[in-house]
Amino acid sequence: MNSEMIDATRVVLEARRISKSFSGVQVLFSVNFELRAGEIHALMGENGAGKSTLVKILSGFEEPSSGEILLDGKPVKLPANGAAEALGIVIIHQEFNLAEHLTVAESLFLGREVTRFGVLDRKYMRAETRRVLDLLGCRVDANALISSLSIAEKQMVEIAKAISRDARVVFMDEPTAVLSREETNFLFRQVRKLRDHGTSFVFVSHKLDEVIELTDRVTVLRDGQWVKTAPTSMLDGESIAQLMVGREMSSLYPTKSEPDVDEQLVLRVASVSTDYVKDASFEVRKGEILGFSGMIGSGRTELMEAIAGLRPRLSGEVTIRGEAVPSGDVHAANRCGLAYMTKDRKAKGLLLNSGMTANLTLQSLGQHARLGYLSPASEAAALEKARRRFDIRVRDGNVVARRMSGGNQQKLLLAKVMETEPEIIIIDEPTRGIDVGTKQQIYHFISALARDGRSIIVVSSEMPEVIGLCTRVAVMREGRIVGMLEGDEISEQEIMRYAAGLKRMAAA
Amino acid sequence: MSVNEESLQATSHRRTWRDVDLRAVAPFAALALLLIVGAIVNPNFISINNLANVATRSAFIAIIAVGATFVISAGDLDLSVGSMVAFVASLMILFMNCGVIADPALMLTAAIAFAVAAGAACGLANGLITTVGRIEPFIATLGTMGIYRGLTTWLSQGGAITLREPEIQELYRPAYFGSILGVPVPIAIILAVTAVAAFILYRTRYGRHVVAVGSNSDVARYSGIAVNRVRTIAFVIQGLCVAIAVLLYVPRLGSTSATTGILWELQAITAVVVGGTALKGGAGRVWGTICGAFILELVGNIMLLSNFISEYLIGAMQGAIIIIAMLVQRSLVRKS
Repeated sequence: MNSEMIDATRVVLEARRISKSFSGVQVLFSVNFELRAGEIHALMGENGAGKSTLVKILSGFEEPSSGEILLDGKPVKLPANGAAEALGIVIIHQEFNLAEHLTVAESLFLGREVTRFGVLDRKYMRAETRRVLDLLGCRVDANALISSLSIAEKQMVEIAKAISRDARVVFMDEPTAVLSREETNFLFRQVRKLRDHGTSFVFVSHKLDEVIELTDRVTVLRDGQWVKTAPTSMLDGESIAQLMVGREMSSLYPTKSEPDVDEQLVLRVASVSTDYVKDASFEVRKGEILGFSGMIGSGRTELMEAIAGLRPRLSGEVTIRGEAVPSGDVHAANRCGLAYMTKDRKAKGLLLNSGMTANLTLQSLGQHARLGYLSPASEAAALEKARRRFDIRVRDGNVVARRMSGGNQQKLLLAKVMETEPEIIIIDEPTRGIDVGTKQQIYHFISALARDGRSIIVVSSEMPEVIGLCTRVAVMREGRIVGMLEGDEISEQEIMRYAAGLKRMAAA
Repeated sequence: MSVNEESLQATSHRRTWRDVDLRAVAPFAALALLLIVGAIVNPNFISINNLANVATRSAFIAIIAVGATFVISAGDLDLSVGSMVAFVASLMILFMNCGVIADPALMLTAAIAFAVAAGAACGLANGLITTVGRIEPFIATLGTMGIYRGLTTWLSQGGAITLREPEIQELYRPAYFGSILGVPVPIAIILAVTAVAAFILYRTRYGRHVVAVGSNSDVARYSGIAVNRVRTIAFVIQGLCVAIAVLLYVPRLGSTSATTGILWELQAITAVVVGGTALKGGAGRVWGTICGAFILELVGNIMLLSNFISEYLIGAMQGAIIIIAMLVQRSLVRKS
């Protein structure tokens, strides 16, 4: 790697003293950033630190308020709305920009279809797609429909698209958020390969271990200001986290408090099956935090949605405090004091174009209605309380959810779910795509809720999270609960053994 | 914590004209502009008499469009309203003509209740076909549009259906031609319907649910909202609004035919869109809607009063307005 670094000190893309304000609020303060040819450069910072804004400016989706952008040492004004792709600057969004109804080959050539005598040259485009996919070591069929691909494969198609456009600079925003460990490894191998061919990557991620593993240099932003750029080899996870937060990190996870063995059982799930989940049974005690681990697609979300009434059950029973909850009835589950917090806060959790109040009270409007009339004062009081309780920090109280940072969105979603005052809370991926500081806060909220006597189920693909928070961990694989770990058994290796199918508990 | 309080205070100071949502103001600005243009074109235009006339004539579309605001806010579309007007009006007149109740006042009351029920039933049918039948609202209401229109033609045997009882006619006339405290009844009814609708949309649980469903039905579902019920009720509200429009329409002419209410669905949708409601759902503006209905009628009126544009071009003009309104809306979204 070092041999390449030496001849690769040429700067491809540079930001000089970039500042940016949105309607009077400054979010970037004279930030410098340089990306060398053939390097993987991590861009780190808490939510709201300005990473996304800087990425958008460097890819032409936003214009800087002041400062200049240099491409190959020459000042440029990047064309707007993705037209910078023509200059070799490609951004791979967190949410994919792929049309589900197109095939892989059609997606790769979307907008620049190759024609012969005015007719689409499908043969050539398929062959070219194959070539690029092979280059990536990706075995997806060029004729496969995008809708039939897994999330990891879609990610690969996005990258293939970037390569086929001769990208020199690729921005990746949280590319591994939806990938399993295995898929992540695969992605990293391909990224390294491309780096060695001279492509530069900007890697935005909250996962410190991945940053350490993959990147060559790290730039840290904090509160819209440049803090440090250094070779990754000179840093470790702890020091990056400190740079991001700007303070000493106290323990990320709160101390666990185990519920009494004879504490009341509040939730009983008995042999629940859906069209994917098979025969799942478990119990939760009052004040317990139960973890659910497993690979992506192991059926955790399906099971939780079936329990919450968002998805029909084919068989099995769910009882809350002895009361049976009917299948596919969200209201009944809510009435029994069970709430489900979705992992997909943007598509299923929040109304992105509405403000905080409308989002907060959506699930609990009954509390603010008198004879059908919604009291604005009562709603405002709820918002004020929620903002204090969950430390939701926004500059403008009327901001729409779309404009809030991921961390604040997540806190708002948690607040929204808690407005229904549930006794049992299922939290699916509590900290997806949010920064370390906010993660720590959310862990403490969860812990406090459990100490309060509420029962919590944490579904997470981040193993440290499950290990750090939960007193019991269920592991799922291919729609079944294959393991239930307690106490000292809870470790990354042990969970992995169950999740990968190397071990399974004796059939109950 | 102190961070929060500081930022809150900072924003309350900074709250200026820039925070006003331009999309909400745009239809009213357009209305003001039209009034000025009208006054320049013809001095008679700005007289109270003429404006009251215009407002009265806009009543049908305005009231129907208020209902359409709910359907569109919930992310659906109802193309059947024009046919529904003809159908419900025909049913109402036939009911009054059948003479089962001798007392005219009692008969009228029963007929009104009957029309309201018929409108609600038509709306319910639309709602159930789209939600339970899971058919795109565009297709579902395109179908019922044909059905309601066809039934009207069949009921009238291709001709007109006329209210025969003179006593009822006499009793019913003031519902369109009368006035309350100097305000023509149709205008009073527009205002009342709009006020009730605004209350429901902005100040009740149901209204919040409508906007949530239209804005993102998945979020609504995950928030425990019965999405299909919310959508169906929106269609029923649309049916009720059509019924109210019919209650004003019948005393005006005392007759209907197969061509009653043709293209009213387009005018209603235009009024909603001109009023600033997003066609893809998620934002409803009831007062904007009646402003839109008024604008449509005003443009026609100005064209009539001015001598340089043929009034035969009114339809083309209304078509142009919906396109211009969409363009303006989009440019305003970009700015905000």
